[in-house]
Amino acid sequence: MGADTLPQLLILNAQKYGRNKIAIREKDLGIWQSYSWQDYLENTRLFALGLAALGFRRGDKLSVIGDNRPQLYFAQMAALCLGGIPVPLYQDAIERELEYIIAHSEARFIVAEDQEQVDKMLALRGKIPTIELIIYDDPRGMRNYKQPFLKSFTAVQELGREFARSHPHYFEEEVTKGNPEDIALIAYTSGTTGNPKGVVLSHANLLTNVRLIKQAEKYEDNDQTMAYLPMAWIGDSIYSLAMLFDIGFTTNCPEAASTVLRDMREIGPTVIFCPPRIWENILTTIRVKMEDAAWIKQKMFDFFMDVAMQVAAYRLKNEPVPLKLRILYTLGEFLVYAPLRDNLGMRKIRFAYTAGAALGPETFQFFRAIGINLKQVYGLTETSAMCTYQPDTEVKLETVGKPLPGIELKISENGEVLIKSPGVFKGYYKNPEATAEALKDGWLHTGDAGIIDQDGHLIIIDRAKDVSTLANGTIFAPQYIENKLKFSPYIKEAVTIGQGKEFVTAMINIDMQSVGNWAERKNVGYTSYTDLSQKPEVYDLITQEVKKVNASLAKEEKLRPAQIKRFLILHKELDPDDAEITRTRKLRRGFIAQKYAELINALYSEKEAVEVETKITYEDGRTANIRAFLKIKDVEVFS
Amino acid sequence: MNNNKKEVLLQVQDVHVDFGILKALNGVSLEIQKGEILAIIGPNGAGKTSLVNAINGFYHPSRGHIFFAGQDLTKLRPHQIAALGIARTFQNVALFKGMTVLDNLMVGRNLKMNSLFISQGIYWGLAQKEEIRHREAVERIIDWLEIEHIRKVPAGMLPYGLQKRVELGRALAAEPQLLLLDEPMAGMNLEEKEDIVRFILDANEELGVTIALIEHDMGVVMDISDRVIVLDYGEKIAEGTPQEIRYNERVIKAYLGSPARR
Repeated sequence: MGADTLPQLLILNAQKYGRNKIAIREKDLGIWQSYSWQDYLENTRLFALGLAALGFRRGDKLSVIGDNRPQLYFAQMAALCLGGIPVPLYQDAIERELEYIIAHSEARFIVAEDQEQVDKMLALRGKIPTIELIIYDDPRGMRNYKQPFLKSFTAVQELGREFARSHPHYFEEEVTKGNPEDIALIAYTSGTTGNPKGVVLSHANLLTNVRLIKQAEKYEDNDQTMAYLPMAWIGDSIYSLAMLFDIGFTTNCPEAASTVLRDMREIGPTVIFCPPRIWENILTTIRVKMEDAAWIKQKMFDFFMDVAMQVAAYRLKNEPVPLKLRILYTLGEFLVYAPLRDNLGMRKIRFAYTAGAALGPETFQFFRAIGINLKQVYGLTETSAMCTYQPDTEVKLETVGKPLPGIELKISENGEVLIKSPGVFKGYYKNPEATAEALKDGWLHTGDAGIIDQDGHLIIIDRAKDVSTLANGTIFAPQYIENKLKFSPYIKEAVTIGQGKEFVTAMINIDMQSVGNWAERKNVGYTSYTDLSQKPEVYDLITQEVKKVNASLAKEEKLRPAQIKRFLILHKELDPDDAEITRTRKLRRGFIAQKYAELINALYSEKEAVEVETKITYEDGRTANIRAFLKIKDVEVFS
Repeated sequence: MNNNKKEVLLQVQDVHVDFGILKALNGVSLEIQKGEILAIIGPNGAGKTSLVNAINGFYHPSRGHIFFAGQDLTKLRPHQIAALGIARTFQNVALFKGMTVLDNLMVGRNLKMNSLFISQGIYWGLAQKEEIRHREAVERIIDWLEIEHIRKVPAGMLPYGLQKRVELGRALAAEPQLLLLDEPMAGMNLEEKEDIVRFILDANEELGVTIALIEHDMGVVMDISDRVIVLDYGEKIAEGTPQEIRYNERVIKAYLGSPARR
């Protein structure tokens, strides 16, 4: 049998490694429970046969929803083995979003992690008649659910066992029928505008791209990864499905979303992917903890971090490091960096990645300075994830690296990044207009504005449609400024406004953890997020941070006029449940401009405060109103 | 809840508890049926906590008897009563603040540990096997109460709502037949209350634990209890389904103070 589809690779791995090598682990009851390749195959096989017994046919879609659990991966693989198509869903998505995706993809079978997800699916079943069967993994709380279309994961496997008796070769025959050009995944992208689009990727798309990455980065079958990012996100499908099967390494599912960092420390992964938000959270946590540490530890941390940052700067420029710094760095390795890496669970990291949004250069440098091989990569769902990377010897702060060998990349006349690669998708599911817009002459139009530097590295500036100009014609790249703001440990999210205006303004979300900690140390009392955000002391704190950003903007001639003149602090966090940011935490600017129109008008008036009333949506769909007075502050600009 | 044949698990017969001239309980009689959720309500100082204290042996009745599964508890000490299968939580959280959540739950299983202290000293062999068995039971509770992330955190460092949840876990770790909950939701916000209610219902239905709870939140009481008993000035003034209690004149007068809400 060839090995050009994921199911064929699964069988191959089971033959090769059998019970001797672990494919996937899950922490349950406080212990890491392991599944060998043979276990993976058997679980998948039984579930697939159970699905077959229940009438699953080639081309049927199966959705999974829940945290990363081996059973959900088995279910996706089982669908693939039968020639079906997995459609993973975001587990924290609200009903309206789920309804669209399930109805649009016509998923017949849904595998839900637990009661919470089953409840959502039951609510949707009334509206979407295509849902035939809901299968749940965790039986907790399910005792009173007697609906005939509900089955437990093990019950389906039991059906599979029976089915195998009458159809002993069914599974293998179905796997053999698989073709590399078959659809392997429909990944819905949480677009910043309009409804999500279903990106159709074939086995060949996924596997070719994975093999390009493997060649460039030299992954091995004894590597360890963590499966903790949403299953609906393309990166997880690449690492926890395609790459897992192609390379045969081990993937690890944490116990719960809240225990990821602790579980990571127990596993010591060698390849890890974190979106910028997580790197920034880790750094913020380190800083908060250091502020509470004994003074001698603080002094040591500050001193050696300064050394490390200097060394990192030399290395990034590929210049020799002076002897004195080299000696101090070696000392720091023992005293600070190694213990810190160990504490973060990153002692064994060979490759660490960030992508999805720009990472603050200082954050990036911090992790490289303590000896973690962190690199920025770039990719889209439409390109089967990663398509540019930074070779180990060519890591640069501001770029996302160069195209993987085998991938073509160019910049269009209007500054948009275009990509041609074997990983580029087959089209948007049931949406030929959008496909035609994105794919022209074999080139994928990414919608990102970028430039290529003298070393052939790609630099992403912003979304092409977001880059605009101020009234006086200065370039205004909002995300670029927001990223600078967000590097402050006290600022969690920021929205800058300026298109067609005289000057730039900002709406800021404080970081509850670090500002709260700061307030406690300064003896500033507060009751809630809203209350804390409007304290005069907090405004003074944030003003200083905005001033720093202005100072750094002033250094670049082109951006000097785009400094922030006025800002306010928002009374609530921007939240995907309120549709202000996407599930992957990208700002939905159009919506925000509409929702906060009054605030934006006030920012461009003489007012010093503005009253606001907002509706917030809880996770279960209930709504409530928050009313607050928001202060507006002027900031010094530099020339 | 779904028991038609009423099997009495605990019987309180004409119990009096007094502190000097103050009568905390003045001839209270009641029955707790196997598998039910019984709510005990009443104004402050009505004797609710005294009743729970009398059941689990903190107080000894000056008159009357308490039978649990046919056995007279009146003369027994609290740890003997606990060993019979009655666990409780306290109005004020009673955890070992310096110990981790995991250790607090392990303490909850203390009465189930059998190995002699000599074999515990040697550890390997019997004691180790036993430890593993208990740890597994505790891990199931941790999983069940969704407190994995605080497994190794000292109990005293947790927010109040979580401490209450851990205390519930500590009581459940003893695998009780009867669980006495003294205001498990006091001082909680809506979300925390909803969580605890779910755990109480699950404990009742999935683990088959009979539950008697003291609670002031009438919404919760009306929603989850099968029967309600009302105390006032150390006497039982009413008993019945939540519906019956809601419209009981005496209760409204003594306790709710105003016509039925909701």
